[in-house]
Amino acid sequence: MEIFFYGITNSITLALMAIGFSLTFGVSGVANFAHGAFYLLGGIITWLLINLGIPFFLSALISIVLVGLLGFGLYWGLMYRLRGLAINEVIVTLAAAIVIIELLRWLGFSGFTYVLPPFVKGSVEIGGVWMDYQRIFLVVIGIALIALLYFFTHWTRIGLSFRAIAQNERTAIALGIDSDWTAALSLAIGSSLSVVAALAILPLGSIDTEIGYEILIYALAVGIVGGLESIPGILLASFILGFAQIIVATFFQAQWLTIITLGAIVLILAIKPSGILGKYKELEDRV
Amino acid sequence: MNNEVILKVENLTKHFGGVVAVDSVGFELRKGEFIGIIGPNGSGKTTLINLITGFVKPTSGKISYMGKDITGIAPYKIACLGITRSFQMARVFHKLPAYKNLIVPLYSPRVKALGGGKYGERDDMALDLLDEMGFERDSFVPYKLAENLPHGYLKRLDLARCLALRPQLLILDELFSGMTMAEVAATMPIIEKFNRDGLTIIMVEHRLKELFRVAPRIFVMNFGSKIADGTPQEAMKQEEVQKAYLGTEVEG
Amino acid sequence: MNSSVEYRIERIDRGIKVRSDSIYMLSSYRDLVYLFLPRLLPFAALIVLPIVLEGGYWQKVLFYACIFALLALSWDFMASVGLISLGQALFFGVGAYVSGGLNYYLKMPIFLTIPLATFGGALICTLILVPVLRLRGVYFSMVTLVLPLLLSNLVETLGILGGTYGLLSLSPFPSSLLASYLAVFAVILCLFGFRRLMTEDYGLVLKGIKDDELVVMSAGVNIYWYKTQAIFIASAVGCLAGALLTHYYQFVGRSAFALDYTILPLAGAVLGGPGGFAGAALGTFILVPLSEMLRALGGLRIALYGIILIGALVALPEGIFHYIERKYHQFERRVRI
Repeated sequence: MEIFFYGITNSITLALMAIGFSLTFGVSGVANFAHGAFYLLGGIITWLLINLGIPFFLSALISIVLVGLLGFGLYWGLMYRLRGLAINEVIVTLAAAIVIIELLRWLGFSGFTYVLPPFVKGSVEIGGVWMDYQRIFLVVIGIALIALLYFFTHWTRIGLSFRAIAQNERTAIALGIDSDWTAALSLAIGSSLSVVAALAILPLGSIDTEIGYEILIYALAVGIVGGLESIPGILLASFILGFAQIIVATFFQAQWLTIITLGAIVLILAIKPSGILGKYKELEDRV
Repeated sequence: MNNEVILKVENLTKHFGGVVAVDSVGFELRKGEFIGIIGPNGSGKTTLINLITGFVKPTSGKISYMGKDITGIAPYKIACLGITRSFQMARVFHKLPAYKNLIVPLYSPRVKALGGGKYGERDDMALDLLDEMGFERDSFVPYKLAENLPHGYLKRLDLARCLALRPQLLILDELFSGMTMAEVAATMPIIEKFNRDGLTIIMVEHRLKELFRVAPRIFVMNFGSKIADGTPQEAMKQEEVQKAYLGTEVEG
Repeated sequence: MNSSVEYRIERIDRGIKVRSDSIYMLSSYRDLVYLFLPRLLPFAALIVLPIVLEGGYWQKVLFYACIFALLALSWDFMASVGLISLGQALFFGVGAYVSGGLNYYLKMPIFLTIPLATFGGALICTLILVPVLRLRGVYFSMVTLVLPLLLSNLVETLGILGGTYGLLSLSPFPSSLLASYLAVFAVILCLFGFRRLMTEDYGLVLKGIKDDELVVMSAGVNIYWYKTQAIFIASAVGCLAGALLTHYYQFVGRSAFALDYTILPLAGAVLGGPGGFAGAALGTFILVPLSEMLRALGGLRIALYGIILIGALVALPEGIFHYIERKYHQFERRVRI
């Protein structure tokens, strides 16, 4: 029973971490390695704003918008100049991630003083397991966000143009979709989503700069295992990984968590690079 | 002429998702033959080539080459057996000088096994072959970077790359598209000469006039299946072929 | 006539450059100096420096610079086959642990552990990377980013090879001069060796793989076999760097898989100019002393590498080396439009 509940919350947490990364990659083909850095930055900005006396929801909103703008800026400031060289894009985002995380580390944003307040305090007993309201809230937010995103990419105009670009960039351009704007927007939305995830997840622990790298690894793992552009794939992958982690953590040492995650990335890439539900068949079909 | 069967394709089928790109195509090819494949755009010609050369794995069917089953084996192995192809959009190594492009096939196990391409000889072999293709050896053309060459030269460079491998079966995917009349007129005799020397050639082409002049046998493809097989005159007489080309659909 | 631009810059290759690139004979001492000076100068500098700096702090810096130059060269070699690695730390760490382990557990002497770590480590790295060789572009980079982390975590969790604490008190080099010369000669060998290799027919095949895999395959060459060979060569160089630094520190720990060993060589290679190897070496020989001078910044240095990396990519994508090379070979003059 415990495994079941913790498994679900853990899975949704993973999905939340991964969804921004996957959205950006699926649309613009940009692997945003700064995802974890944005997550961390969002958490810290919110903390700073709250300590300046700004109410929680306002500061959350501000940091979501700020990081979104940063993602937008990252595209126009750096990646736009390197568009077409996929490798340089990766290097640039990785470098940006390192700059952000190491700067924050240098400024000393680590430790137990840096704790975000939960949305709701207290806990409740379900089926013999004590769950904080925050975890339940997290599950609700996660499911809502995934549903929203699915709706967004399948029913709205911008969302559809996202998918058009993901499928065939040239045709999309010919149809009058500005691929650079869309890519910048996807990066902005992806970055904002990472902050949303941070706001939901961070209250469960304290902020540590190291999570900047950890989140990136988790997002990569979920994205790769599920297939980087498919939302159902992400859900499936986060459930597989989420339960695997909880089971491992219950029966073995907690350190095996990271190994499971990292191992899953390598394994999937070696066996089925497009992920369980991925559609990038060209990764496999070419001999 | 030797009449041994060099390539045998049986019931070859390839699905891409729901689309049937190649639909149970079968044919036999004898050594030294020169056949043309024609058909409207999207009729599965390039997919057929990709299947034969191993770039795409067939859904079902069998390809045998000189009595050996080569279905679904890796492209470089197929190339080493002597089947080579040119690409529709001439694909060359843009950052290398033109003649250095030929080093790669000359370095392959096939050419080594045939006793060619020792250390230091490959540059000479490459220049000789390019000279034959109309890249004059003493001019600066073969030494230019491939990215600076005009389209017609790139196409011929692609052809030279195929021939450098000393193939037994050469598949040309729209070699003449984008070439000028003069270039076609200059290239055709080269291909014919290799054919006379025993090279089997499959030529996919949209330029029917040029093709019919050299190819005694023609396949017509439409919607993934072979709808005609015979001399150019026979093939073009068939009603189905005319429909495919003129685009008249039978209602009903 | 309103246009404010009246001049444009015209670039003309120097005559000697044109001749030396092609098949003509070189005829004068001037030509020879023009061609060989840029090659001899760094060679001579590298030979002389260890003696000049003997015993001092900067000799140590030179040693570090050589280690990172080796990693950068190894990165550049993989990049020239189209494999973009974000995990030079994998090679470095494997090399470090193999030499450290052999020395610690089997008490092997240093002149055995280093070659064994170089080739054995390369074999291990190649075996690890072969299953993911088919991945292209970003996907390959992701795997290489993840692998060092995975190994580092495995070492910690399983408690093997010293676990969290690492292996201590390994054999040192007999003298620091020997260490420096080993590192310097390794750099010289790799730099000139790789440059030569890439102009050979073998190197052309590798370049071809980077340019267009399909064409290489349809020319009858097994690209995966060649990529495997390239990875073996690159990882041997990376492992050598790891083995050298392990014995220099007389310690190997999980830090051998740290991000530093990925990001600094990468920054160096990109700063100097990827492709052609000289850029990678030049970049690290600029970056490492620079970062030593900025030692006071502490943890901020990694952030600095990141900033340099971004700056180099955006402002001078061709790299310092290719910029200098271009200036060396060309006249530039202003021409009235």
